[in-house]
Amino acid sequence: MAKLLKIALRNLLRYKRRTLLTTSLITLGVVFVLIFVSVTGSFKTMMIAQNTDAMLGHLQIHRKGYVASIDNLPLNLNLNAGAVERMEKILAAQPEIVAYSPRIKFGAMFSTFVETTNIRLNGIDPAREFRTVPLLPERILAGDKELERGEIWIPELLAKGMKVKIGDTVVIVATNQEGSVNGRQFKVAGVLESATGPGGRDGYITLEDAAEVLRMEGRQISEVALRLHDFNQLDVLSERLGTLLDQQLNPQGKPIFEVHTWEDLSPFFNVARMIDLMTFFMKLMLIAIVLVSIMNVMIMAVYERIREIGTIAAIGTQPGRILALFLLEGLSLGVAGAVLGNLIGTLVIVLVNVSHITYDFGRQKNLLLRAGIDPFEVFVLSLIVIVIAVVASLQPAFKASRMEPIKALRHI
Amino acid sequence: MPLIVAENVHKVYRAGEVEIHALKGVSFAIESGAFVSFVGPSGSGKTTLLNLIGCLDKPSEGRLTVAGTDVATLDRRRGASFRGEKLGFIFQDFNLIPVLTVYENIEYPLLMVQDLPARQRSKRVLDLLAAVGMSEQKDKFPDQISGGQKQRVAVARALITSPALVLADEPTANLDHATAYQVIELMKRMRDNFGTTFLFSTHDPKIVGEAETLFTLEDGRLSDAQAGPGGHHG
Repeated sequence: MAKLLKIALRNLLRYKRRTLLTTSLITLGVVFVLIFVSVTGSFKTMMIAQNTDAMLGHLQIHRKGYVASIDNLPLNLNLNAGAVERMEKILAAQPEIVAYSPRIKFGAMFSTFVETTNIRLNGIDPAREFRTVPLLPERILAGDKELERGEIWIPELLAKGMKVKIGDTVVIVATNQEGSVNGRQFKVAGVLESATGPGGRDGYITLEDAAEVLRMEGRQISEVALRLHDFNQLDVLSERLGTLLDQQLNPQGKPIFEVHTWEDLSPFFNVARMIDLMTFFMKLMLIAIVLVSIMNVMIMAVYERIREIGTIAAIGTQPGRILALFLLEGLSLGVAGAVLGNLIGTLVIVLVNVSHITYDFGRQKNLLLRAGIDPFEVFVLSLIVIVIAVVASLQPAFKASRMEPIKALRHI
Repeated sequence: MPLIVAENVHKVYRAGEVEIHALKGVSFAIESGAFVSFVGPSGSGKTTLLNLIGCLDKPSEGRLTVAGTDVATLDRRRGASFRGEKLGFIFQDFNLIPVLTVYENIEYPLLMVQDLPARQRSKRVLDLLAAVGMSEQKDKFPDQISGGQKQRVAVARALITSPALVLADEPTANLDHATAYQVIELMKRMRDNFGTTFLFSTHDPKIVGEAETLFTLEDGRLSDAQAGPGGHHG
């Protein structure tokens, strides 16, 4: 096989310019895909982080049926103290969880004494919320980053529309689960940047204030947001939590809880999927480049060497060896393109990182573009190139191996 | 038992609607160790006959046995194995592999066809290089040597597997007379040294004189078989 490879390599070097052009084309394809995957991957990671770390958390737990009605923020689907206690016991046993934050979510009237509008509010424990969604303080455009009782953070658009400033007093009026209406005054302590996605235009008060406005008897919460040590553990933990929480049944024997990842809750998941789709199409383009360029070279190689094929077949070379010879030529082109592409691509990625390129996204300014590439991605990309190179060589190689020596020897 | 036995061999080609009767009932026998030439004008069937003997084609009719094997029974794979084991080929255009050196061209059949260990390969290649007088050119590529030298390499390549029979279709057609004579002499010497049967086709009257047995083909028929000036009747 080593000798066969040696002959294959020499055959490739016979047409240096053509081999160089084909290898360059494959190399360029691999480089572009690598850079695209690394930069979009970096952007995707940052975008997901922006969503999960500023609002959603990585995972959320609700009472069964809550998410289906989440637009209404149904108070009758809150979790009661007993359920929360059972859930917390399970959460405490999960080593992947770094923090979790209980929230009371409700819709209310927001009044400045002059004007009134509606607002969606989150009752939070600030310390726990900041540990769960650490980018939330970054969204505070004006005011205090500490949220005390009697204070409210309101979204930027609401503050502008209602002409509310830091320190102003506003009234929150809400109807509780029993239908009774209650109001309470709050001091505006912060203005939050509006963000796209669920919860991006919500206001914040403390958990205790929310319970007071809603005149809750006993502990109740609408959702629990969770943060993981390692985001890559999301699917594993989600599945495990789903299984564990499904075993928690209400008196009717039905599950109490439902678990959702950020993917189920945020429209940004579709953007992430679109990025994945674009990456897939980039890979398809690479496949097309490798397929067409190698097939072209190999068809030419077979056509130009018909008499040579006739000679080696006449002197007794088995069809399988002729097939292997041409496949090895295609394989060598693929391997050369993949190796060079990965080397140059990695070099470009290193240069991008060394250059400290920055960009803005939402509240986050001067974000450093950290182009990274998963070694597994490099492996998969190389495998795709090499496999396609062999596939592209199959037809010409098969043709060469099936050639009648007598006809091949007559070829001019 | 003769090495080659042809009994009423016919070969018909189809070129579109036209049938070409290239061989019309050829019969002959050739003993081992013979040095035989097929002569005849262009289109007389020499190459067709050599192709049939070389298992590169099959007779349309009749029976052709080479080294005890009926060539019509060989499929593609077995045909390749048979050629690799029993036959050697010398071509008019030398047909050396351009990316391989002289040494590697000679070594090629041992490597690809017989898969011999490196040490045995090396010894046989070096011996044959010496026998054909190409030892000093062993590291050169085909485009770095003359036509006569290329044909010497081709002779060595044909003999490297120790075949029973070497077939040479117009081996001297692309050589000047002096070189052609040297190549034929080399082939004869190789026959003497290794006992290999040599069959070659030619229409060069001066080269014909070197054959020990002559078969004359005319219009697909064997018109004459006689002892050549080069030696005994085979």
